[in-house]
Amino acid sequence: MSADPRLRILVAKPGLDGHDRGAKIIARALRDAGIEVIYTGLHQTPEMIAEAAIQEDVDAIGLSILSGAHNTLFPAIMRLIKEKGGDDIAIFGGGIIPEEDIASLKQAGVREIFTPGATTDDIVAWVRTNVHPRS
Amino acid sequence: MSAQPKPASTPSDPPRRFSTISDMEIKECYTADDLDGREADAKIGKPGEFPYTRGVYPTMHRGRPWTMRQFAGFGTPRDTNERFKFLLARGQTGLSTAFDMPTLMGYDADHERSLGEVGREGTALSTIDDMAELFDGIPLDEVTTSMTVNCSASIVLAMYFAVAERRGIPMSKLGGTIQNDMLKEYIAQKEWISPPVPSVRVIVDMIEFCTKEAPRFHPVSISGYHIREAGSTAVQEVAFTLADGLGYVEAAVARGLKVDDFAPRLSFFFNLHNDFLEEIAKLRAARRLWARLMRDRFGAKNPRSMMLRTHAQTAGCSLTAQQPVNNVVRVAIQALAGVLGGVQSLHTNSMDETLALPSENAAMVALRTQQIIAEESGVTNTVDPLGGSYAIEALTDRIEAEAEDYINQIDKLGGIVRAIELGFPQKEIAEAAYRFQRQFDRKEKVMVGVNRYQNDEKPSIDLLRIHADTEDKQSARVRAFKAARDQTRATARLADVRSACRDGQNLMPPLIAAVKDGVTLGEICDVYRDEFGVYRDPAWL
Repeated sequence: MSADPRLRILVAKPGLDGHDRGAKIIARALRDAGIEVIYTGLHQTPEMIAEAAIQEDVDAIGLSILSGAHNTLFPAIMRLIKEKGGDDIAIFGGGIIPEEDIASLKQAGVREIFTPGATTDDIVAWVRTNVHPRS
Repeated sequence: MSAQPKPASTPSDPPRRFSTISDMEIKECYTADDLDGREADAKIGKPGEFPYTRGVYPTMHRGRPWTMRQFAGFGTPRDTNERFKFLLARGQTGLSTAFDMPTLMGYDADHERSLGEVGREGTALSTIDDMAELFDGIPLDEVTTSMTVNCSASIVLAMYFAVAERRGIPMSKLGGTIQNDMLKEYIAQKEWISPPVPSVRVIVDMIEFCTKEAPRFHPVSISGYHIREAGSTAVQEVAFTLADGLGYVEAAVARGLKVDDFAPRLSFFFNLHNDFLEEIAKLRAARRLWARLMRDRFGAKNPRSMMLRTHAQTAGCSLTAQQPVNNVVRVAIQALAGVLGGVQSLHTNSMDETLALPSENAAMVALRTQQIIAEESGVTNTVDPLGGSYAIEALTDRIEAEAEDYINQIDKLGGIVRAIELGFPQKEIAEAAYRFQRQFDRKEKVMVGVNRYQNDEKPSIDLLRIHADTEDKQSARVRAFKAARDQTRATARLADVRSACRDGQNLMPPLIAAVKDGVTLGEICDVYRDEFGVYRDPAWL
């Protein structure tokens, strides 16, 4: 079974680090599962990501970050998305993110954080269950 | 009691496939028939002799142990300086510096793009004063220093030379390595400012300058490490790394440098992944192929031009956040492969590195791992103890042949710079990374504690936390530094750098003059952005 064919997801790499192995694998796995994926490429500012999400009218944003700047960049992106009227865009992410930061990011509204060891099947399954086309 | 174990195979099962972590199929048993008959002896050769399959020195680790060089850096330059002293006090024999993302991407700590990143993945460094603090109290003429930095490497090296001069140490006495390998940045690590062509020009400036002025310094460390971390196979790691090396040699020769004048100072940096036999064979294959390419393509005569001398680091991507103490074992096996593969310098990862930068305790266990291999295991008593093993030699032959096929393909595309512009190595690596991920998802490739033998309990190890005020302190320091300098002089020096970018004179002398007069790393990188252009991620999937 593939996911809702109408789903559009932005896979984004905020910040300065160049570790894009994970982001590219996730983008490809989501695409293989029948989801439309837009990949931003590296070194995106929060403004660039929020702008792309609104322009592309996506249902969710998957953020990949391995530089330790998650506590700065995730909230900045969420604030900008809200300002641009995208409150209902689901935000999830992954990377090198310590346990206690995961708790606070989720409290701030990040829907899910995947850490090393998650399979692409886990992530695709989560998206199928939790991301729905925006009305 | 658990269920009866399933028999190993039943007639209906497909035949079990035995392959390396790179998915290279492995035979049940290797024999003399797998070697190249009478050719085999010449290909294996002797340690310290062409083609260096068995090592670059006749006595290898028996004559001189490898340099134990642990990569370290976090927070402010002062925090990192303290970690350097901690490691030296515990028997480390060389330094290796990790910089934070703003430094690596050419932004000062007070730049908007540095927000949230200062001191997180390495030490912050924006000014010559930061460099002075980083190496405060460390004898630069006695310890060799490695600096892992690429697109801003020219400026970091200028600062290092300038600080040494302040202390009365001439450039000619400085030993060390600066990574400065931009081609692998486009392929794998993805830290860049400008496109490949101007980047290679800056690298050749540095090769040319160091050859004359700092002959003990390695001006480039041609790196496969990041290529492997990005998900390549072992063959791709060898192929793309050596192809990058050929790219630099071609560019330096085109500048008019003589191969035997600069090639002896080229050094390498490889990954040490989980697959023990494949990794040993990989290092041997890389040495043999490089020696032959240098001799045959460039007519190198000096044996040192043909010797592939290498640093190696255990594979970060092999470590698991789950059951992190298991990582100590992985690192020990990987490091042993490096030693048996004949490395000159080694970093062993810390058990906690999938969670954070290493804590003091974890960094010490990692260093002790090397000391146990060197002083307890006995493997250093004889040179290349696995040389002549049918399996090792057959794998060495195969990796060499397959890597050479890739290099020939790159030649056909028009060389490595063109191949990178076309995305050839990038796409090959992404393909291999995705293939491995799917094999892992299907449990065809095992990571203990992750897709087999999982425990429910959460890891409980103490992690290093970066002080919350690091970023504010460091950006205030940079602002104060800029306010205190002679602005007129700094502006003039920066203009000199800009002229050198334009007229093609060697950048190193104006860079050294500029950093001495207080020009910052970010300011010079802004000039690079203006003059050389900005490279953007093609975002291939």
